[in-house]
Amino acid sequence: MKYMLLINSGAIDANGGAAECGVEDWMAYDKAVQDAGIYVSGESLADLVTATTVRVGADGERAVTDGPFAETREVLGGFYVIDVPDLDAALDWAARCPGARGSGSVVVRPVADFGA
Amino acid sequence: MAEQPTDAGTDRAVESVFREEHGRLLASLVGRFGDLDLAEEVASEAIEAALVHWPVRGVPAKPGAWLLTTARRKAVDRLRRDQAYAARLAALQVEADRAAPAPPADADADLPDERLQLFFTCAHPALPAEARGALTLRCLAGLTTPEVARAFLVPPAAMAQRIVRAKKKIREARIPFRVPGADELPARLPGVLQVLYSIFTEGYAASAGPRLQRLDLAEEALRLARILRRLLPAEREVAGLLGLMLLVHARRDARTGPDGGLVLLEDQNRDRWDRTMIEEGLALVPAALTGGPPGPYGVQAAIAALHDEAADLATTDWPQIVALYGVLLALAPSPVVALNRAAAVAMRDGPEAGLALLDSLAGEERLRAHHPYPAARADLLQRLGRLPEAAAAYREALALAGTEPERAHLRHRLKAVEPSGPDAGAGT
Repeated sequence: MKYMLLINSGAIDANGGAAECGVEDWMAYDKAVQDAGIYVSGESLADLVTATTVRVGADGERAVTDGPFAETREVLGGFYVIDVPDLDAALDWAARCPGARGSGSVVVRPVADFGA
Repeated sequence: MAEQPTDAGTDRAVESVFREEHGRLLASLVGRFGDLDLAEEVASEAIEAALVHWPVRGVPAKPGAWLLTTARRKAVDRLRRDQAYAARLAALQVEADRAAPAPPADADADLPDERLQLFFTCAHPALPAEARGALTLRCLAGLTTPEVARAFLVPPAAMAQRIVRAKKKIREARIPFRVPGADELPARLPGVLQVLYSIFTEGYAASAGPRLQRLDLAEEALRLARILRRLLPAEREVAGLLGLMLLVHARRDARTGPDGGLVLLEDQNRDRWDRTMIEEGLALVPAALTGGPPGPYGVQAAIAALHDEAADLATTDWPQIVALYGVLLALAPSPVVALNRAAAVAMRDGPEAGLALLDSLAGEERLRAHHPYPAARADLLQRLGRLPEAAAAYREALALAGTEPERAHLRHRLKAVEPSGPDAGAGT
């Protein structure tokens, strides 16, 4: 079963990057996910200052604004999609993720399966 | 169970079998088919079939095995009919199960007990806290959704939705049916115990509503704790929780007066305490406290045991109770425990010392809306003869108290410290 791990950063530094996790931690985690054979996909998102939000109103009008919502406390910094047997296994991998430490958090969402 | 062919006997036997076997049956089916909804449906179909057959043919010698075999057949039939389940049918090889002969008559004792898995699933931390107790009562105690709704004073439709949502999450997020490994157990077991204890306390002192005790819920919690104790005999905190429940529940008859009013520990007629239940609870305390560092339920059981063993308030071992609250405070720091410790200190060292401790807790956020806090202060102020302050504290408690019997008790106490007359509240 596929789960998406949404990695939220709590504390953001001046450039919109996550403040608390070292590069080595992430490399080790990434290697562990790959070695376990559960990796489906994953990306790290560029700094928040580069984000742009698009909304389309009822009239079809396109509204483009800078950034995600103003005053956002937690910022999506990246994600993994992993394929593991059940939620407990997904929660274990989420707990090992460096992004779950400090003020960060990882939200675990099952990927909808429309094939069943 | 022996054959019971008589009509009245059959009815009773059928009912007790269903109560006892439901959780076990459901757990086996969930373990087998991995689908709680399917398991619940075929379990009730099997029970319906039993209601038709047993009164005619008598209760089978191994009712549990009969129910399981019947339910499994119904599950296989259903899976066959249902195209959406076709893939799963193949995966589970339930065909083989269908072809297999019914379990031999002596299989009942060997029926695998998979209820422990179900306990952990129902109390899974990924489920909302308010759904865990409901799901546990439904799946393991065999209560219907309307019964669970009534127990928690929630409208049946709201409870049904709560349960449906929780089951949807179990199914779609794939919360597993498994007992956590030895390395995870210390982190997961407290969640299961918490669910049982909150069912118990909900039944024991209803947080709202006219009745002080909802005994049925407390009895269900006890029944579940006994099952868990059998399933995890080596876990000291399970012994502690069951012991605590027994030692508290033993006082149930003395806790409510003839008018339904609350009777505090100090005023209870200890002859009305259930000695058999106390003995059973006391026997569990050593198991809960030996073989390792104590857990919070074991310590609370030990405190309850000291109360239950005492002939009255004066001969209660208060120094030991104060010490145990100190241990509990170190294990699970909480202002509510600090409040209880302060009340015990007042019994050991006098109201002045207790009041000083209580006043040091005044800033605690969690005590702000907790009526036992002003009620305890009022009691000590009263004992110190500081009646106007006591009256003010009783009024404060009255504004926060949940159940009507608790409020009636506080009104009674308030009356005793208030000067009589129509302008009583004005102060003197």
